[in-house]
Formats: sequence, structure tokens, C-alpha cells
Amino acid sequence: MKILVSIKQVPSRDSQLRIDATGRWIQENDLTFEINEPDAFALEEALRLKEKHGGEVVALCAGPARASQTIREALAKGADRAIHIEEENLSSFDTLGVAKLLAKAADAEKPDLILTGLQSDDLGYGQTGVVMAELLGLPHGTIIMAVEKIDSGIRVKRELEDGWFQNVEMPLPAVLTIQSGINKLRYATLMGIKKAKSKEVKRLTTAELGVPASPTASIERVYLPQRTKQTQLIEGSPKEAAAKLVEKLRFEARVI
Amino acid sequence: MSGVLVVMQRSGADWHRMSWETLAAGQQLAAQTGQTVSAAVVGDAGELVSKKLDRVYTVDHPLLSIYTADGFTAALEQLIRKISPSIVLFPHTYQVRDFAPKLATRFNQVLVSDAVGFRVESGAPIFVRQLFQGKLNADVKPGGAEPHFASIQAGAFRADQLEAGASQVEQFAPGLTADIIRAKPQEPFRESARAVDLTSADIIVSVGRGIKEKDNIPIVEELAKALGAELAASRPICDSGWLPMERQVGSSGQTVSPKMYLAVGISGAIQHLVGMKGAKTIVAINKDANAPIFEVADYGIVGDLFEVVPALVEAVKKAKS
Repeated sequence: MKILVSIKQVPSRDSQLRIDATGRWIQENDLTFEINEPDAFALEEALRLKEKHGGEVVALCAGPARASQTIREALAKGADRAIHIEEENLSSFDTLGVAKLLAKAADAEKPDLILTGLQSDDLGYGQTGVVMAELLGLPHGTIIMAVEKIDSGIRVKRELEDGWFQNVEMPLPAVLTIQSGINKLRYATLMGIKKAKSKEVKRLTTAELGVPASPTASIERVYLPQRTKQTQLIEGSPKEAAAKLVEKLRFEARVI
Repeated sequence: MSGVLVVMQRSGADWHRMSWETLAAGQQLAAQTGQTVSAAVVGDAGELVSKKLDRVYTVDHPLLSIYTADGFTAALEQLIRKISPSIVLFPHTYQVRDFAPKLATRFNQVLVSDAVGFRVESGAPIFVRQLFQGKLNADVKPGGAEPHFASIQAGAFRADQLEAGASQVEQFAPGLTADIIRAKPQEPFRESARAVDLTSADIIVSVGRGIKEKDNIPIVEELAKALGAELAASRPICDSGWLPMERQVGSSGQTVSPKMYLAVGISGAIQHLVGMKGAKTIVAINKDANAPIFEVADYGIVGDLFEVVPALVEAVKKAKS
């Protein structure tokens, strides 16, 4: 099975975010970046499927030059090769534009299966995989918690709301968006890190892919959310703060 | 193109409750932009007939009796092309996440997903979305040829603000053939009977990523015990197997509204907040003062949970003795 995994590099989870001078995005220069967490689970699922059924795992990533670090990590974990759509100004493409870039690059590979995370931790639109499927004319499954190869294609376990699930069968090729927690992530081995250095990373430009940056939806402004509640922040040493909190919970909120 | 179209979601004979919240958003958007508002539903109109709407479109076809992205997308595409609304709103449900991006793509549009609000500037809506798991907000302006598409987050609008009235029902029979539907969905199921019913708990102590490792779970267990509370968790904790899935609070777990919800080391991603923001009193303990959990908390302590929680256990014990 040839599996393509679409991964994204996002600011590290614990980043302190500051709004940039344009007011339309964040300051990126002092941040560290990592693989979008749901994409890490998608990569892991691809590696497991390859181990079971044979084939190839190709990592696909659109992002600036710094994304090559995340691509190297995917190769170190076991992806066979990678495609980097290198674009310093990816924010000039909206979600549809990025999905068009990814779909163009994916189409040339003719994979049996395309996996990606269900959403990104930065923009959180949660639709890149579904849009790719539509652009490629492929069936898709979203929020997937298990993937099983069957004679007619694949059977996937879709997560529904409130603890419900549903099995869905579909033919291949197909696109799946993977839910966090579907598997246990592996660490890269020393051998894997060494091997990654000699693995192929094909670089493509947005111009080569022929997708112009013509966003429909645009971010006008980024700002700190207004608090919906007036939070009473309780100060002091842990002991003092704990005592004050208990007092408030007893006599003010009356919940203890 | 003109008019707001709200696509409602049924769940069996009932409605997905977020549909009504989105319908309220649709009425408000229509009023502020001087447009009419209509609703569409796969299935029958039911209570929609008594809401203040221009029309209710009931989309009816045997191939739509079971949800598939292929079937719903094709049917709604035909309806939208026929009635040409300027904007289409959806509740941001798992089902909508499965097909609405596909539908928007057919119109060369982006779904402005998971909006928490909007305002109208020069007669056009600008939607507010959360970025970075709720740490920041963004104003997003739809552009390009109409219709535009947006989905509305749970709890962002209130269903009790719906305007009652009358509406005219119009049946819409899309042209569908079985060969366009590629996925074969089976009956939905639950993994196991839920042994833990968090919804009936008065007090819930909930733990998130901040707890760092499984061996630290007893620290919050102690607090739950001292308070006579049920122990719950955010998704990553259950994903890692540190607590069973049935103790998960959030969009994929249980939705709770206890008297007190005490969130320990939980940053407050929206998927978690939708499951607990109905709690009467919310307390948050987190090392990051900018964590979104503090946006919904009544009381907060910014600090190291490994120091604060044991101190809190002592203080609770002292107060109760």
C-alpha cells in the first residue's frame, strides 16, 4: 500500500504567543515549532499500516524552509521519503488554497491512501483532508479511530459525538482524517535519525504546482479573546492561595 | 444572491440541539444584513414550521435516509444552486465537519468553520474564530463569489433567543443516484455501557496534560476524594490510557454541568470547554496565565499544580473537619 501522509508544522504547544506588528498574525521569529499533534498520529498510523501490509510511506508538507525540521523527524520515524511544498508566505493561501497545493502534489503520487490529522492546532479549520478528497475526487472518512484493510478497500472506525462510533467501509484510494489517540506514537531511533539524512526530500514550489494565492476567506485581525467571565485570580503562596480558594468556595460560591 | 440559509441537523426523530443555536444565529445575521432567513433539513420540518423563517426546505430522497458525505453534499449542492443564498450556516457538529468542507469546495469556497460570533460591517458578516486552541481570536472575512459558508460553535448562540413565527414548507427532491455514494456506513455503536455517569456528579475534579505522567494521577485523586468529587479528564489523558475513556469530558466524551468543576492542568481547548462550560462554578489551576480555561473560570490559581493541589487537599480537609 502506498500511503501519503500530509503533515503540518505548528508552533509548539506551550508557546507564549505574541501578536505581530500587522495585527493579523503572531510573531514567529522567537517560537519553536513541532509537528501538528493529530498529524503525528496520522504518520504513526501510516507507518503501522506499512509494517502490516508493506508498501511505502511518503510524507507531504507545505510550509516555509523551517518545516524541513519536521519533515526530517517524520523521515527519522520511518517515512520512506518526503515532498516539501516550500512557500515562505503560506498564509497568503487560505485553507482551500493549501488543500489545492497538497492535492496537486498528492495527485502526482497516485497513493492508495492519504492520511492527515483531523485538524491543526494553529488555525483549527479541520477541513484540509476533506477538501483534498473532494479535489481529488476520492471518498473520505473523518475523525478516524481505527483503519483496517479489507478486500473491497478499507473499513474505518469513525468517532461520532457523545461516545458513539460507526464503522464505515469504502473503496481505495481514499482520504482519512485521523483522530489523536488512535495509536501510541513511537520515538525516532538513533538509526532512524541517521538514515533520515540520506532519504529523498523532493522540493516543489507553489508556482510549479500552478496554484495561485487567491484566498477567499482572510484573517483581518488577531487578538486576545475577551474574558466571558470575570475570573478572580487568587494570589499568594500555594498554601495561602489554597486556603483563600477554599474560603471562597465555602462562603461565596457555597459549593463546599 | 440573497438570503441566509441554515442547514439543520436531525438525529433520528430528534434534532441536534446545536441546530437551534445556529438557527438563532441565522435569524440574527439575517436581521442585521437585511435579508430573509430560511432553513433546510434532510427529513421533515417538525418544529421548524413555528419559527420565524421565510421558508423551510425539506430535502427528501431515499438515498439520504442514512447519512453519507457523498449523498448530503450532492443533495445540498443542488438545493443551494437552486435558491442561491448569500450565506449558508451550519452547526459545527461532527457530521457537518464531515461534509460541509466538501460542499463549500464545490463552490470554490472555504468553510469558515467553528465560528463563535459575527459582526456586520458594510452589510457583510465578519466571523470570529478561535486560533491556537482558543488562545487567540481572529476576525475572518469571507470573500470571493457567494454563497459563503460558515459553521457555528456549540454554545456560541442561544436557542432560547429564537424568534417564533410561521414558515412555509417547501419540499425539495434532489436528483441522486446510488453510484455517487461510495462509503458504506454501518450502525452506530457504543464501545461499552458507561459505568461512570459524570453528568449526575455535583462536584467534578478534572485533570489535563499538566499532570505530566500517569504516576502523578493520585495527586488529583486525593483532591477528588477530599471534595467527594468524581474524577474526570481531558481527552489526552484518556488517549494515553491514564484514566478510562468513560471519564472523559468534552465534545467526544461527556457533557457535564456540575455545581463545581475544578480543572487541574487543563489548558481549555474548545473541545474540552464545550463539555463543561455549563458548570455553575468553575475553578482552574494552571501554570499558564494565558490558558483559555481562565476565560471561563470563576476562580483561578496561576501556579504549579504539584504545589497547589496538595495544599488544596490540606485546606479542604481542614475546612471539612
